[in-house]
Amino acid sequence: MAVQIDESPSVLIDSGSYDPDLERIEIELLLEGIFRHYGFDFRSYAYASVRRRLWKRIEAEGLPTVSALQAEVLHRPQLMEKLLLDLSINVTAMFRDPGFYRAFRERVVPLLRTYPFIRVWHAGCATGEEVYSMAILLQEEGLYERSRIYATDINEIVLAKAKEGIFPIDRMQEYTENYIAAGGKRAFSDYYTAKYGGALFSDSLTKNVVFSLHNLVTDGSFSEFNVILCRNVLIYFDKSLQSRVHGLFYDSLAQFGILVLGSKESLRFSPFEDNYEQINGPEKIFRKVR
Amino acid sequence: MTSFAIGVVGASWGGLAALSELVKSLPRDFVLPLAVVQHRSKQADNLLAQLLQDMTPLRVVDVEDKEPIQPGTVYIAPANYHMLVEDGHFSLTTDPLVRFSRPSIDVTFVSAGDAYPGATLGVILTGANDDGSRGLRHIVNRGGKAIVQNPETAESRTMPKAAIEAVPEAEVLELRKIGPRLVTLTTSAAKKSRAISDG
Repeated sequence: MAVQIDESPSVLIDSGSYDPDLERIEIELLLEGIFRHYGFDFRSYAYASVRRRLWKRIEAEGLPTVSALQAEVLHRPQLMEKLLLDLSINVTAMFRDPGFYRAFRERVVPLLRTYPFIRVWHAGCATGEEVYSMAILLQEEGLYERSRIYATDINEIVLAKAKEGIFPIDRMQEYTENYIAAGGKRAFSDYYTAKYGGALFSDSLTKNVVFSLHNLVTDGSFSEFNVILCRNVLIYFDKSLQSRVHGLFYDSLAQFGILVLGSKESLRFSPFEDNYEQINGPEKIFRKVR
Repeated sequence: MTSFAIGVVGASWGGLAALSELVKSLPRDFVLPLAVVQHRSKQADNLLAQLLQDMTPLRVVDVEDKEPIQPGTVYIAPANYHMLVEDGHFSLTTDPLVRFSRPSIDVTFVSAGDAYPGATLGVILTGANDDGSRGLRHIVNRGGKAIVQNPETAESRTMPKAAIEAVPEAEVLELRKIGPRLVTLTTSAAKKSRAISDG
């Protein structure tokens, strides 16, 4: 069920006095303050997007300005917790963009078959739905036993959920349709049991998964991988941070390793465009070639 | 006269025909970047961009994250993402639906009005809901200009009607007159920027 949100805080605000440069200063000061006081670094997030979320919180708290939010956030840790949820993006679904999974089966799996051992990094895995999806795919292709998936996120709370492997039962119909469209080979219901008011996914899917905290903004490379999945995470970063993270991915990929981005993400605007070749088709699957 | 940096166009029900007519009426040297938000199903592919490309010598682009904003280009918001206008480029988000829509016209319009205050031209075409009216209000509050398709002759009148209610000072035009009006509004700006680059 999608939440209905009305747009535009600022239509309610006296616009005669709007000064975009001043607002930018206020936002930069707020993000700097949050970083120095709480350690969360949103300073290089995509500006329009952060700004939009900040204003939703400012509205919800009945505050007049970004500066007012700054004072509140720095003195009230409970408000920081709320803001942290506002600013982190945890939108996900099992077999989200089924076309991608189908392409992965057809184009990437044959390459992976030639490897004795497959290391996968799922960066920004949120609550884990897409990690379980990849585990199912690798199991069905007979590759799971020689695979290890490192699933990382910046947020401890969502990682704990991912480890549990319990997803809302009311989404199973949608996920089943995605699974079929993604080229699934069994009955989707084979993978879960209805339990604790949700769908509990089989332990066998996580036995080769390592869930771990990792911050793309501040942490470095931690291994060498054959596949890196990072879909619809980088869209929340500004261009400079995107470039940094692309550098991290490049350094973490083995030669001929596979990089997967979201369907509307591109390497065209990154310094690493020439280091990859796109695998045929519309999906954003790239191979490191140099 | 105002010099516009970007035009944003919102449409829903009946939008494909209206957008086609609008795009067809733009000359090859039309410089203002146009960002189009058309409601469509979340599975929609880049067919809309292809269809419009067949009708214009201008470049039509299905937007990807961080796509630079360039003159003479028509940008299409991709299905199932919100499209935000930043200074010089677009950003995409998968934030929750706004007014039951993603892409939402309000989201793009508000961000355009903020990124280019006083230099945004907002256009609302046919549609069967009221998405876009808040965004158009916002653009005008930020010193930009509003144009709305005449609801009486729009395929679906709800969206243009809501836009006029929210922005009574909007210029209301027949669809066929919107393209030529955009040309008039941007010609002086084009001359100005040419003068700058020549100088």
